[in-house]
Amino acid sequence: MSAQLIELIGKGLWETVLMTGVSGALSFAFGLPLGLVLVTTDRGGIYENLALNRILGAVVNGLRSLPFVILLVAVIPLTRLLVGSAIGMAAAIVPLTIAATPYFARIAEVSLREVDAALIDAARAMGASRLQIIREVLIPESLPGLVSGFTVTIVTLIGASAMAGAVGSGGLGDIAIRYGYQRFETATMLAVVAVLIALVCSIQWIGDRLVTRLAHRG
Amino acid sequence: MILPAVTDALPAHPVPPLVAELRDVARRFGDRPALDGISLGLARGEIVGLIGRSGAGKSTLIRCLNGLDRPQAGRVIVAGQDITDLTEAQLQPLRRRVGMIFQHFNLLSSRTVAENVGLPLKIAGVPLARRRDRVAELLELVGLSDKAAAYPQRLSGGQKQRVGIARALATDPVLLLSDEATSALDPETTASILDLLQRLNRQLGLTILMITHEMEVVRRIAHRVAVLDAGRIVEQGDVARVLLAPRHAVTESLIRGLVPELPADLRAALVQPGQGTEPILQLDLVGDLARAPVLAWVQAATGQAPRLLHGGLSDVQGQPFGRLFLALGPVDQTRVQAVLARLRAETLDAKVVGHVRTTH
Repeated sequence: MSAQLIELIGKGLWETVLMTGVSGALSFAFGLPLGLVLVTTDRGGIYENLALNRILGAVVNGLRSLPFVILLVAVIPLTRLLVGSAIGMAAAIVPLTIAATPYFARIAEVSLREVDAALIDAARAMGASRLQIIREVLIPESLPGLVSGFTVTIVTLIGASAMAGAVGSGGLGDIAIRYGYQRFETATMLAVVAVLIALVCSIQWIGDRLVTRLAHRG
Repeated sequence: MILPAVTDALPAHPVPPLVAELRDVARRFGDRPALDGISLGLARGEIVGLIGRSGAGKSTLIRCLNGLDRPQAGRVIVAGQDITDLTEAQLQPLRRRVGMIFQHFNLLSSRTVAENVGLPLKIAGVPLARRRDRVAELLELVGLSDKAAAYPQRLSGGQKQRVGIARALATDPVLLLSDEATSALDPETTASILDLLQRLNRQLGLTILMITHEMEVVRRIAHRVAVLDAGRIVEQGDVARVLLAPRHAVTESLIRGLVPELPADLRAALVQPGQGTEPILQLDLVGDLARAPVLAWVQAATGQAPRLLHGGLSDVQGQPFGRLFLALGPVDQTRVQAVLARLRAETLDAKVVGHVRTTH
């Protein structure tokens, strides 16, 4: 493997990690509160508000049904507004975050819903406020599910980031498409794919370890 | 070991003789009345059993006492405060004065035993150092000091309920609500949890309202029992009285098996009184009288040794209670009246339940 190829892949790996890391962190920061709102405003929730719940649910479904490539182009005006350019890695982070936030919100919603209502009852009986219920019961009790859902989100983001090559984001997926697919450099493509597999496996492994450590079951 | 009074971060309030009271409370879910004109007072230091079949409204009633559920009519008074119209935020400090334990324990799996027990204190804003001391005390009180760092998944059912009890006592409540706390436990563990509750009642003067569908639980530790059916209290009173002389069909069905009844073969053999028959006496024994020489009294009044047909002694709150069925022998009506008079003079409850053919 030539030094040039190694440098190319190294750069792509760094770009992929940065892109998915930043958009992953942002989608966690936005998606967890969104998931909490979806759960707590639902019927019987501690902040029951069915109108808000339905509206948010529809927005989340709408965003999730858009193919990523379309979203990428559709949000270009917003991207320009936020990062000053529609091209490059920073520009790719905007659509990636917009795609991953509702995705993670739904996953978080599922985990948060699995918290036994009896535990919320017990916390209320202790005199907990609603914010305390969220902080002391809902989030800690669903943490293993949230972490495993976040791992899935990151892996999905790695896949999506390849398409972000269309706006010049760089990254491993972009290299695979440009060198491997468009220029028929099979060796480059295989190398990139191997690195991607290693990256995804490592992330999944770290996620699984964390979940095992957090879940005190049995 | 005696716990110190209130964790001093929590304000102490004077507690009136009635720790909690429901006044004519009604609650319906849709068309179905869950509670229908419930009035019940809980005196300080008393263990009250609230018994009923499932769906009788027990859970709704108990949840009214810490504001988890709200009545549509009537008043709820806890620790001298009318909580009926309090907002959720106003109820939060009140709930620290009312502990609750649950059938399925409701422990947080993400927290250790010590963290579970300390959670109500954390919620109340007690600083960590004081929390730690209090948690250590509480774990010692329920006999789980060695499990402080364990996660609930590693505990047995009985241990989990001990954690639940320690947690419920963390903020030094005046009232403990027990929602079927032993229903998921095996008989041996049930006994140990009931012993613990009884000890806490005696040591700390803790008032306990326990809902259950098992009369056996009531018999073991309750001072008083209220029977709930279709949202109404159909009967309430002293446990021994309710067991021996139930006044309602629901009570009768709930206590079946706890008090001896005339066996079916004897009941089938009952005949009209007449030549060659003898009366069967039912004798209810409660408290010290259960240890009195009742058979000698019967014999003195009839002039014949009675024969024991059936019966048994058990205990209520450690006090003996029970029922005997005696065949008096071929005695005439005046003798029978003499026996009844003699026993009633000793305040024993006795009656003739029928006659059988004399075989001796």
